[in-house]
Amino acid sequence: MSLDASISLTLGPLDLDMAITVDEGEVVALLGPNGAGKTTLLRAVAGLVPFRSGHVRLDGKVLEDTVTRAYVPTERRPIGFVFQDYLLFPHLSILENVAFGLRSRGTSRQAAVEKAIHWLDRVGLKSYASSKPAGLSGGQRQRVALARALAPNPRLLLLDEPLAALDVTTRAEVRRDLKRHLDSFEGIRLVVTHDPLEAVALADRLIVMENGHLVQTGTAQEVTEHPRSQYVADLVGVNLLRGEADHGSVKLAGGQVVAAAGAELGEVFAVVHPRAVAIHRTHPEGSPRNVWSGRATNIELLGNRVRVRIDGEVSLVAEVTPAALKELNLVEGGKVWLSFKSTDVAVYPA
Amino acid sequence: MRRERVPIVALVPAAIGAAFFIVPLIGLIVRSPWADAVAALTAPETLEALKLSLIASLSATAVALVLGVPMAWIYARVAFPGRDLLRALTTLPMVLPPVVGGIALLLAFGRRGLMGAWLATTFGITFPFTTAGVVMAETFVAMPFLILTVEAGLRSMDRRYEEAARALGANRWTVFTRVTLPLIGPSLFAGAVLCWARALGEFGATITFAGNFPGVTQTMPLAVYLLLETNHNASFILSLVLLLISLVVLVGLRDRWLGSA
Amino acid sequence: MRYRVAVAVAAVLLTACGSSGENSSASPSATPLSGTVSVFAAASLTEAFNALGTSFQGANSGVTMKFNFAGTPTLVTQIEQGAPVDVFASADTTNMDKLTGDGFTAGTPQVFARNKLEIVVASGNPKGITGLADLAKSGVIYITEGPTVPAGKYALQALKMAGVTVTPKSLETDVKSVVGKIELGEADAGIVYTTDVTAAGNKVQGVPVPDADNVIATYPIVAVKATANAAAANAFVAYVLSAAGQAKLQSFGFLSAS
Repeated sequence: MSLDASISLTLGPLDLDMAITVDEGEVVALLGPNGAGKTTLLRAVAGLVPFRSGHVRLDGKVLEDTVTRAYVPTERRPIGFVFQDYLLFPHLSILENVAFGLRSRGTSRQAAVEKAIHWLDRVGLKSYASSKPAGLSGGQRQRVALARALAPNPRLLLLDEPLAALDVTTRAEVRRDLKRHLDSFEGIRLVVTHDPLEAVALADRLIVMENGHLVQTGTAQEVTEHPRSQYVADLVGVNLLRGEADHGSVKLAGGQVVAAAGAELGEVFAVVHPRAVAIHRTHPEGSPRNVWSGRATNIELLGNRVRVRIDGEVSLVAEVTPAALKELNLVEGGKVWLSFKSTDVAVYPA
Repeated sequence: MRRERVPIVALVPAAIGAAFFIVPLIGLIVRSPWADAVAALTAPETLEALKLSLIASLSATAVALVLGVPMAWIYARVAFPGRDLLRALTTLPMVLPPVVGGIALLLAFGRRGLMGAWLATTFGITFPFTTAGVVMAETFVAMPFLILTVEAGLRSMDRRYEEAARALGANRWTVFTRVTLPLIGPSLFAGAVLCWARALGEFGATITFAGNFPGVTQTMPLAVYLLLETNHNASFILSLVLLLISLVVLVGLRDRWLGSA
Repeated sequence: MRYRVAVAVAAVLLTACGSSGENSSASPSATPLSGTVSVFAAASLTEAFNALGTSFQGANSGVTMKFNFAGTPTLVTQIEQGAPVDVFASADTTNMDKLTGDGFTAGTPQVFARNKLEIVVASGNPKGITGLADLAKSGVIYITEGPTVPAGKYALQALKMAGVTVTPKSLETDVKSVVGKIELGEADAGIVYTTDVTAAGNKVQGVPVPDADNVIATYPIVAVKATANAAAANAFVAYVLSAAGQAKLQSFGFLSAS
């Protein structure tokens, strides 16, 4: 049982073309920068955004298909949607909010109220049943939004940036609760987020999106160990290069040749961790085969380490200790040489 | 709390404007013969006119709600060719002189009117000289106020709540009744009250289309106008009554209207 | 259309000829009159007074006539509330007495015309009205003027004398409103003056009211006390009362003053 969606649409400046499948055994996070089209994709799956071509199938049943012109309206899809701003109905009490989905689908008032109270209890807000949303904190409203979406027992749970509206301290706690609820949910779960930490904490598999297109998909480990885009590389904090491999070396687009121990043949990505990049004020002697000159364009102190961006023939970020930086007597704009060992280059097919 | 001083440039015209509205009210209060007030107010013709006015204006408001809310919804939610023109036509009575409205109604629904002739010969229904005619005239001039107010409310509400309701399984009717209507409640209320107040005060269209007869078509404004000739003291008292009703409505409405949706 | 224009042109020419050849108050007096003369007159006098005003203006080029026609009680209210007016012509003596009693008149009001009632129906008389009794027939929509309007008061008197009981469907503010609704076909019959039926031409038809049941309406005219143009006001009153003025009034169907 799964969600199978293939969607092509254009909405303003966004050109979206994505195909995703989500099985019921996994929590999937749609990760990407703002403007990538993640929310649009989620809304399209829910039937709230029309698309040019494609289909949405849930458990084999067609919810939408542009070829056969089939379209099941949003209200008849067995979905639960948690919106970024929660959108709790301001004129209804918390209890009425949570019971709304049940009442709308025909459940009697009494049965709906019972179930709603059960769910409020599960999220720890039973005592707030008769309050209005305005009287609750952000974290509490998030829990109500989740309970409201889950109460009708949907088949597909869609969450749009579920923690984005919370402040940092609340977020961690709510994230733990959310993970608990997601794990115990028996249907198909798709979460949209721009926060990689959130994605890794909540999901089993990541689908990375940029500019409306798929960049890579895999478990958190797979994605972070083998980033396939600058975006992911930046998230993970590693240097990403791309080029043509040829037995021990990788030729970059600009012509530079990087010595990489594991390189064989074909189009590859090459990852170098900043810690593996050494900085020198003069041309270094000795073993490193990868030596490039450049200028330190940005020096950033991050706690007990320093990240130095070096722009040159091969631009990389290097990471050193503050002591080392002092020893180098380096300031922004200073001329440097960087070096790294060929064995420190991780290579994998593009 | 620190209060900002009102600039003279704003204060002077505002004071003049306020006086423009307040002085007539004061004049009416001062000149009304309070000794005769009770007699004037309880005279059978007055009570009859008052009762007719209330029945007709409330009926007109009811008709305006039933017909106007769907119109407002369509104007706000459905884009179709000619929408702007249609909206302009259906809100025309707001700027039309009421008597012109009455004439237009006669030409359409009078005994020899475009539709009126057919209604008269087929069903034997005529509107002039009937209370139904009064309700029609009042609805004609007052409904646009309701339509515009409700449409504004619908346009300014956060439509994502409707999406949230749909995602929870609500069909369009449920979305409308359990989410949309409550959310535009203030606009709906304000629109209905404005409509009612306008209907209550309507004169030109009523006297032209429905005529003037006590108990059937002689509403308060007509009664006041006619009393002006025969017993102008009584007309002052009744004018005051109408003015006070309007004042109470507007004062009660002020926050909801200004802070709607 | 062209026929109507020809008639209008002829009427203007005749009026011009008529007034210039007369030895009447329409001819210029010793000191030329000037300024505006504002006349409030009963609605039934609309056509006749417009014609009188045109010839008076023609003979006194410095004068501008302004008319306000409405139901008589409406005019009385306006005058007593301070409307600027020079001459008042009423459709009955009751309203004139009120104005005089309240001290708004200058000099003694004089009767200048009389009128009779007539039933007005749509042209072709589709409901077959033959007399006052037919007004009470079922299926006939009868309207009249309000009871304080002279014509309305006279209508009630006439109906009483004829022994007819009928409830009108509407009480209009003046005779012209009644005629208007008959023309439009909204009502079937109304009671107005013979002059109103004549003035409406072939858009309506009249059914005579027998003299036994009919009421003679008496029209007095007076200069108003607060007039700002006494000379011209009095001159106009004199013109209305003169042989020329009387002839013109009678050409519109009014009865002579005595």
